[in-house]
Amino acid sequence: MTDMVRFYLGWGRLAILEQLQYRVANYFYMIGMIAEPVIYLVVWRTVAEARGGVVGGFAADELAAYYVVWTLVRNMNIVLTPHAWEDRIRSGELAVDLLRPVHPLHRDLAYFAGWKVVAILMWLPIAAVLTWVFRPALDPTVTQIALFAVALWGGFLIRFFALWTLGLITFWTTRVQALFEMYFTAELLLSGRLVPLSLMPDWVQTVAGLLPFKWAFQFPIETLIGRLGTGEILRGIGMQALWTVIGLGATAVVWRRSLRRFTAVGG
Amino acid sequence: MSFLRLALAHFRVGAMNELQYRVNFFIQVVQALLALTTGLVGLWLVFSQTEDLAGWRPAELLAVMGVHILMGGVVQMFIQPNMTRLMEDVRKGTLDYALTKPADAQTMVSIREVRIWSMVDVLTGAIVLGVSVTQLEHRVGFGDAAGFAIALVLGAVMIYCFWLILTTGAFRLVNVENILELFSGIYQAGRWPVGIYPGWMRGGLTFLVPVAFAVTVPAESLTSRLTTGTLVTAVVFTAVLVGVTRIVWRIGLRHYTGASA
Repeated sequence: MTDMVRFYLGWGRLAILEQLQYRVANYFYMIGMIAEPVIYLVVWRTVAEARGGVVGGFAADELAAYYVVWTLVRNMNIVLTPHAWEDRIRSGELAVDLLRPVHPLHRDLAYFAGWKVVAILMWLPIAAVLTWVFRPALDPTVTQIALFAVALWGGFLIRFFALWTLGLITFWTTRVQALFEMYFTAELLLSGRLVPLSLMPDWVQTVAGLLPFKWAFQFPIETLIGRLGTGEILRGIGMQALWTVIGLGATAVVWRRSLRRFTAVGG
Repeated sequence: MSFLRLALAHFRVGAMNELQYRVNFFIQVVQALLALTTGLVGLWLVFSQTEDLAGWRPAELLAVMGVHILMGGVVQMFIQPNMTRLMEDVRKGTLDYALTKPADAQTMVSIREVRIWSMVDVLTGAIVLGVSVTQLEHRVGFGDAAGFAIALVLGAVMIYCFWLILTTGAFRLVNVENILELFSGIYQAGRWPVGIYPGWMRGGLTFLVPVAFAVTVPAESLTSRLTTGTLVTAVVFTAVLVGVTRIVWRIGLRHYTGASA
């Protein structure tokens, strides 16, 4: 057990040190990413103004709060891309990984968790600028901030396991790209990334509640911008725990089956 | 004339190369359909809440979306692959091969690569545009159509210049993947008419990253909003940008030293 803790801390620290060196690259990436929520925000603020100030239960400054917190949640949501598996398998990197005594999942999880620490640090100045420009209605209580911190990492875990498992499909077919694209589109529409789900028709909201996407994305945002009561937040964190466990289970099952299909050539 | 022959020859080689990878065509179609779906859902959501967005009616915004997809296809087909290749060549030192050819170097590096499967996006954009034109409340006159064609070409030239300047500047700065990320992020802004953005963003989207000229202006022409003044500005700005690009390219080249290929 203490070995595992040291393993995680070691890889996490490595990720932090490594990513701190690539500050410019990280910032380019983050700025490119910020265009997306800013566009949504401007569009929906325009709509809200046309309707006399409110759309889908959001006033203009509440929309701003939604999309500013969006940027942090989106950064936390970035995990190992499922496309990585193609490379790992083709290059033989995986063959080397399998020789190690520790499941490769641990290293990925530790590394991305460490990277997230850097992402949060680097996000702070961006948040300051966005707040200054868009004047969001953000006034969270201490409890909300604490619960937000939990929900943020909950979202990270859900998406980490979901995409890790999704990537394993690469063991069966090399034509995964179209499949991944479909997954990402469904996620875009049903997670609250494109618009807050309250702007969607009722049936979409019902469907979204039954899928994991929303719990990784819209839910953490809503904990901080004050649209949920403490009870709802705790229930939501319960849902996150449920989806994390489901993801972990799926990962374990699929991993064992995919390994049976793996043959290394060279390495 | 020799420029056209050269471009055509490269186009043919590129096309034959890509035609070997048919699955990519399938992937491109899936991607185009998914992107189209997302775009339509976005439009539908907006217009389920309001009747017009900053003065643009649904069919008119559909036209903006059509131009956006079409121009995106053109960029991915001709501009982006060449710039990626240029960056790679600089890094590996293989740019020497292009520089030692007797043709003009800037021309050479700009026509070497073609991704014909991106034609799918060009076609999708054209179809969306066609549909939107039939939905418009007024008829598109000859002047509108001509203005549209001119604005579209000018827009493509401006984006090309923008890319070449960035890539040349990046001879020694950042790697191209980051620029690509940045551009595709900002290009998304063009899906909506730039008039909806706050002033400082509109300025950036017009003169820093010419998304406004590449997407909004052609769409303005189709929807009879284009003033002669805007079109003249576009012509002048394109001319200036082409000149500046040439100078930046020359300077960049002077600093390039082959890394022995």
